[in-house]
Amino acid sequence: MSKPKVGVFGLAGCGGCQLEILNLEDELVDFISAVDIVHFTEAITEHSDTYEIALIEGSVSTKHDLERLEHIAKVAKIIIAMGACACTGGLNCLKNLYGTEKAKELVYGDKKDWIDAIDTKPIDAYVKVDYYARGCPPTRSEIVDIVKSLIMGKIPEIPDYPVCVECKRLGNTCLYDIGGTCMGPVARAGCNARCPSAGSGCEACRGPVDDPNMNAQKDLLERYGLTVEDIMEGFNLYNACKKIEQKNK
Amino acid sequence: MATNLNIEVSPVSRVEGHGDLVLDVKNKKIEKLQFRIPESPRFFEAMLVGRKYTEPSHITSRICGICSVAHTFASIRATEAAFGVKLNDQILKLRKLANHGEMVQSNCLHVYFLAAPDFLGVGSVVPLLNTHPEVVRIAVNMKKVANEMVRVVGGRAVHPISTIVGGFTKLPSIEGLLKLREMLIALYPDLKTSLEVLKSLDLPDFERATEYICITDDEDYALYSGELMSSDGWKISNQDYLTRINEKVVQHSTGKHCWASRDSYMVGALSRINNNYDKLSANAKQYAEELGLKPPCYNTFMINIAQFVEIVHSVDDSIRLIDELLESGLDESKAMAEVIPKAGRGVGIVEAPRGALIHDYTYDAEGKISKANLIIPTNMNYANVEKDLEALVPAIIDKTEDEIRLGCEMLIRAYDPCISCSTHFLNVTLVNK
Repeated sequence: MSKPKVGVFGLAGCGGCQLEILNLEDELVDFISAVDIVHFTEAITEHSDTYEIALIEGSVSTKHDLERLEHIAKVAKIIIAMGACACTGGLNCLKNLYGTEKAKELVYGDKKDWIDAIDTKPIDAYVKVDYYARGCPPTRSEIVDIVKSLIMGKIPEIPDYPVCVECKRLGNTCLYDIGGTCMGPVARAGCNARCPSAGSGCEACRGPVDDPNMNAQKDLLERYGLTVEDIMEGFNLYNACKKIEQKNK
Repeated sequence: MATNLNIEVSPVSRVEGHGDLVLDVKNKKIEKLQFRIPESPRFFEAMLVGRKYTEPSHITSRICGICSVAHTFASIRATEAAFGVKLNDQILKLRKLANHGEMVQSNCLHVYFLAAPDFLGVGSVVPLLNTHPEVVRIAVNMKKVANEMVRVVGGRAVHPISTIVGGFTKLPSIEGLLKLREMLIALYPDLKTSLEVLKSLDLPDFERATEYICITDDEDYALYSGELMSSDGWKISNQDYLTRINEKVVQHSTGKHCWASRDSYMVGALSRINNNYDKLSANAKQYAEELGLKPPCYNTFMINIAQFVEIVHSVDDSIRLIDELLESGLDESKAMAEVIPKAGRGVGIVEAPRGALIHDYTYDAEGKISKANLIIPTNMNYANVEKDLEALVPAIIDKTEDEIRLGCEMLIRAYDPCISCSTHFLNVTLVNK
């Protein structure tokens, strides 16, 4: 793929992942020169339907989102899910927990029937996703690395080990040792333990590792006098749509 | 010349989110004009119900990637108001610094990346690379400095991490602040160059006076906190915003429409400049003067100029804040204030780049949210956008269809509508009947 045509799209989301592309700073000019950006609503007026790679932010939260996603999937050869909402449904799934119909009524009252809203789902619930740039937001370098790998004909490397590995590597003090809670033992790394490094517990915005050791997390919690329920609420923040398989049970 | 027009711009690009404009003109009379918001509603007010007080700032920052700092602070301030948390000076100064960082991030993104292409006659920032490379270089560098401000203070450039209810999980380092100071000072030559570019622009001459609303403070050019005020002559505490601000659901938009003293009002950079001009730094005032921006200004297209003047003010004021923090030294033992959850209601109003942002939470005795109300600046502006378009279209009706379409798009973009917040994108297809 020499100079691929790229489309950048947003479904239900905050625009933060698209913004991270505009935030590439010193690499921005190189990035937009290495690819041919043919669609990017947040940044450019020109738009076309000829993209080979689609970078998609956001989850599917309306029928209209679904129509757009299906159209994109017909055109694009490669789909990259960008960010937590696209990858796992992200925070948007909290609405499902509350109940979509109930949420419509709470926010729009007797005008709720004017509103197009369905249960939120990640995009791979509807179309085949080739690569996942996880996180809320994903790191800028990760988005670039995936696209770069594709241009060079390589398979992008996505970490599948827990955040604890990165904390250890950085020499961070474990938050459990200073009275905090953290999803690090089961959460997928790749962010360079960004939140624990800033003194804040990991919220597993990148989802769990493929084979999370839930027992280890349970043992750890017991050791610090906490229960699974204490932190599962927190895990729900980004992962309410995806059932976590509790292997090693 | 257009006597009959049927314009649908779908989506309006270079806005953060989705919006469509529908315009139907017969015999030069507007039959229908709607700024539609079809973006997916996300129901944050429902998501918040039942969540523990430590979570709302992380949840609501995800309303908008572009103004995640403002959402974080409006959320934290609402919670702190409900619990009666008392903050020290160090925490306040650091928060104000992060707020300035986002102001520069966002105003820079809008002025240089999204609006400048209109004024320089190209379709986007990509062709600007060839036609105005210096403008792109300035924009990229300024964005980098602003990102660094939010990263140093908040732990991440988008969706800050260390800013929590009661203070900070971690303070920035002295080295980090010194480096920021250096980067900020290095921006001044670029601001001067930008001033010359902006002075040469020919902005549309369009005026429509409306009500201008923002927060205000006796000491600061209010961004982080202050009472809510209007150019129509009222001022109220944050807690009492519902006595003046009204919301209604309209069928063509998932974003609600707002009104206060009249049928619409404006929030954002122009409202702040109109109401709080005196509090700008001396340097920013000089820039404003050179650009012909003086209050009261009724030209919506001047929002872009107001945003640029605010960048200058934020750079000046950030350097002042950093100097004060360096002078007093950073004290880890004062990174957090005491937080004791209790039942009650709290309101936090912060100036997001696009205007006043309101978070209103009611907590139960366990420190969990039982009710949340959020009013987003872009929502507040919708009704005013439509009123402006109703005034603009007749004034430019004798131009070509393309010019009319571009005029409408530019007006909408001038508001810097951040539609992902509230919800959407702009669609305009022009069919001459």
